[in-house]
Amino acid sequence: MFLLNNTFVFTITEGTAGWELIKQAFWPMVEGGIKYTIPLTLISFAVGLLLALLTAVMRLSRSRIVRAPAAFYVSAIRGTPMIVQLFIVFYGLPNIGLTIEPFPSAVIAFSLNVGAYASEVIRASISSIPKGQWEAGYTVGMTNGTTLRRIILPQAARVSVPPLSNTFISLVKDTSLASLILVAELFRQAREIAARTYEFLILYIEAAFLYWIICFILTVLQELIERRLERYIAK
Amino acid sequence: MKGLSKSFGDLEVLKNINMEIEKGKVVTIMGPSGSGKTTLLRCLNALEEPTTGEFHFEDGFHVNFNQKLKKQDLLTLRRKSGMVFQSYNLFPHKTALENVTEGPLVVQKRDQQAVIEQAKRLLTKVGLQDKMDLYPYQLSGGQQQRVGIARALAIEPELMLFDEPTSALDPELVGDVLNVIKELANEGWTMAVVTHEVQFATEVSDHVIFMDGGYIVEQGTPQKVLTNPREERTQQFLQRILRPSL
Repeated sequence: MFLLNNTFVFTITEGTAGWELIKQAFWPMVEGGIKYTIPLTLISFAVGLLLALLTAVMRLSRSRIVRAPAAFYVSAIRGTPMIVQLFIVFYGLPNIGLTIEPFPSAVIAFSLNVGAYASEVIRASISSIPKGQWEAGYTVGMTNGTTLRRIILPQAARVSVPPLSNTFISLVKDTSLASLILVAELFRQAREIAARTYEFLILYIEAAFLYWIICFILTVLQELIERRLERYIAK
Repeated sequence: MKGLSKSFGDLEVLKNINMEIEKGKVVTIMGPSGSGKTTLLRCLNALEEPTTGEFHFEDGFHVNFNQKLKKQDLLTLRRKSGMVFQSYNLFPHKTALENVTEGPLVVQKRDQQAVIEQAKRLLTKVGLQDKMDLYPYQLSGGQQQRVGIARALAIEPELMLFDEPTSALDPELVGDVLNVIKELANEGWTMAVVTHEVQFATEVSDHVIFMDGGYIVEQGTPQKVLTNPREERTQQFLQRILRPSL
């Protein structure tokens, strides 16, 4: 079950306040982060990236029939609120007999969302690689697919990293929406404890700090990846 | 090559071109900008797909552009030629050596050890034996272009195509690249070269094609076309590039 299993939470009651509260709330929140926020982010981002790559390549196709469904998908996801998408998957689909647990529901909604946004980033970075690189690939005998894989994508990856990091960091924060479909992630824990203690300000600021720390670590990682991918670029 | 034409939309860039490239010979294509010479060269490996026309090769392979081009024919056609670009188009994320080995290893799946040996030999031949592990951004234009030549040679083509190989280079770097091309000519490579270097064309070509407005205006030996041109347009063009008026 992915429902609440916050054993700690119920030991914190009204009257716990100040540093004591911050300390007591810390582990449930970190636990929510480690067990749900981070896995949810990583899995959704990985699945989303695969979707995005597929969508981007489809949108660059010469064939309308291939382009159209990809364009429809991107338009539909970008044109609707994430919370509505999440609710459709978790609360809506059971109406047609499709009941999905909270965590997989969140993975589905977030992956679809990342796929649409990241596909635009990937499409733009593929388009940014000069036509001469495709031609050079063709002249050494490569097909379209091989040129894309061996020549274009490695260069597009470098261009993609900064904007994709944006998507990734947004995703970390957006996973807090999963608290609304009963995933016991970081913010859900904060809300649970706040509901028992009425210490909203302290607890929400504490949650904010934890998100900030996660995002800060990710930004450092982003810089490492960028430096690695830029080793063949003139400084 | 028979009856080749190429249109971009309504614009006909090449009009009924007929030409022959003999094995072991060097053909130079000259002409003012916009004359279609680069397009003609790019048609030879179907980087631009001709609108009409046919290619016939000595080995019996032929392509008819009046019909839809089959993917396999396209790959076979490209396999026959190596191309050197005006702007080099080296793979920036690969070292000089990796640029050269990419085609033979990834496309032709040849033995890795042999391919690396060959690549080293080719890079040495173009004078870059001590630059093999550098990335393109660490090389000068002339060095990059010589890697480009080695990369094209590595796929062991029947025909080498050069698209204004020295136009993007600083004047003092042109000589090195031209020398490499001359050496290849002496070794008997079949080559088609688009160039503005009249001196070079006179020295290395067996056959010169002068183009203007999508037509072949004049063709023949360098003596005929470059030293004693018959056509007025050829004369005008040569005068202008040999004695540039300021």
